[in-house]
Amino acid sequence: MNMAIDLVLTAFLGICLMLSASSRLVHCIRLVALQGILLGVLPLLMWNWSKACPGAEIWGAAFVNIMVKGVLLPILLIRAMRKAGVKRELEPLAGYSWSLLIVSVASALALWLSRSLTIPGVSVLAIPAAAVTVFTGLFIIVSRRKAITQSLGFLAFENGIALFGAAMHLEYGFFVELGILLDVLVLVFVMGIAVFQISREFEHIDADRLNLLTDTGEVK
Amino acid sequence: MMYWLLNLVLALLLAPVLFGVINKVKAFFAGRKGPRLMQTWYDIFKLLRKGSVYSTSSTWIFKFAPVGTLAALFIAMLFLPLGFCSSPLGFQGDALLFLYMLGLGRILTVLGALDTASSFEGMGAARELQFSVVSEGTMLLLLIFLAIQSSSCELNTMLCGRGNSFWMSAAPSMLLSAVALYVVLLTECCRVPVDDPETHLELTMIHEAMILDNSGPDLAFIHYGAGLKLWIFSAILTALVVPADLLSPWSALLVMTSGCFLTAVFVGITESMMARYRFLKVPQMLMGGFCVEFAALALLLISGGVK
Repeated sequence: MNMAIDLVLTAFLGICLMLSASSRLVHCIRLVALQGILLGVLPLLMWNWSKACPGAEIWGAAFVNIMVKGVLLPILLIRAMRKAGVKRELEPLAGYSWSLLIVSVASALALWLSRSLTIPGVSVLAIPAAAVTVFTGLFIIVSRRKAITQSLGFLAFENGIALFGAAMHLEYGFFVELGILLDVLVLVFVMGIAVFQISREFEHIDADRLNLLTDTGEVK
Repeated sequence: MMYWLLNLVLALLLAPVLFGVINKVKAFFAGRKGPRLMQTWYDIFKLLRKGSVYSTSSTWIFKFAPVGTLAALFIAMLFLPLGFCSSPLGFQGDALLFLYMLGLGRILTVLGALDTASSFEGMGAARELQFSVVSEGTMLLLLIFLAIQSSSCELNTMLCGRGNSFWMSAAPSMLLSAVALYVVLLTECCRVPVDDPETHLELTMIHEAMILDNSGPDLAFIHYGAGLKLWIFSAILTALVVPADLLSPWSALLVMTSGCFLTAVFVGITESMMARYRFLKVPQMLMGGFCVEFAALALLLISGGVK
């Protein structure tokens, strides 16, 4: 079981690298959805199966996590993407090779720093994987122009925080998680509508150009 | 020693057949019959019977390059534990010599290409060197990874002396390393996402553009050298993923040979499923391979699995 957990955590690292280097939005959305599904599966993998079968709340949390983060949010984002008519993130503020390098340096740093943070009973990879996912999310938010990519970055960021909670066996962590999940769901709804509105008003969804808006509402 | 020699002879005989396997797989996916398995051997024999044509503007470098490349690749191959049997030539630190022998083979090809003063060959040489910057770095990281895992700098021990349990102790980093090595293999052997060996448009070639002026026996040497290079990298990939200690010499021979052919089948499937990347995207893919190997190294150092 320990190896399976390590493999899932490594998959989180790999997804972060791929997320920072891919330009096609559909691809990015699928990667974030995969993160959500892995996140839902993780508590089941960490469960000590020899003792007892997991209770209903564990199954429920896993199911809700997979359905919301792996299915519902990606569908919403893909719909927003289709409506806004964007397929690729064209001119990111940091190029793809640079993003890849920055994220991999960050993951090396996270792995190195986490050597002094080992907690008994928790995989050594748990903290670095969570930290790298959080970092990648934040990095995508600041380095991409399109509003929809930024909301993807926010989702990855939230996945990182949830990964931290799930990997640490926090008590009542699942219930806190479900509360956060509701917030995230509402936020992505709002962002999806905002993306649609921006694209309808200005024929693009480049968030950094919103800074140029004047009082009259025209783009300079 | 005997088994190693047997494996070496087998590798020298079967290396060009790998291209036949790749082409058969591609033909199968396209619904064709494809060229025969031994086609590269037939081509080599045909070319050996012809004469070479040298342009008056080229110097001895151009004549020396094909033979020199083939010799460098052959020497590199001598250090590998072919068929999981220790090479009798191995010594501490031969991993670096191995890497530089591959580099020597590359630089000779590039010099030979530049010597013709043809602009197409210059373009091919420039691309080859540009991509090799990253792929050689990845290869070096992989060798460091193996050296840490086996606490040795000898290729024999690095590839075959890591015990049987490295998949249990370091599964994630092993998986990442195998992916990175596959990317390096595709780059070094000029296979599809990086270079298309079947293209006939000089502007998009890399390896084929460098050998446009070679003919006759020189071209045969180059084709044979490409086969050796593919065998070298598939053998490393096989030795990387298979725990060797459990195998008897004969089963090791079987595992190594089938591993190389399986790699060729994988290359064929990759080529059937994807198109060549445009040039701007290739360095990005190579950087991806580099970062993956970097992550594998970091994971190995953190999560143990060090002997």
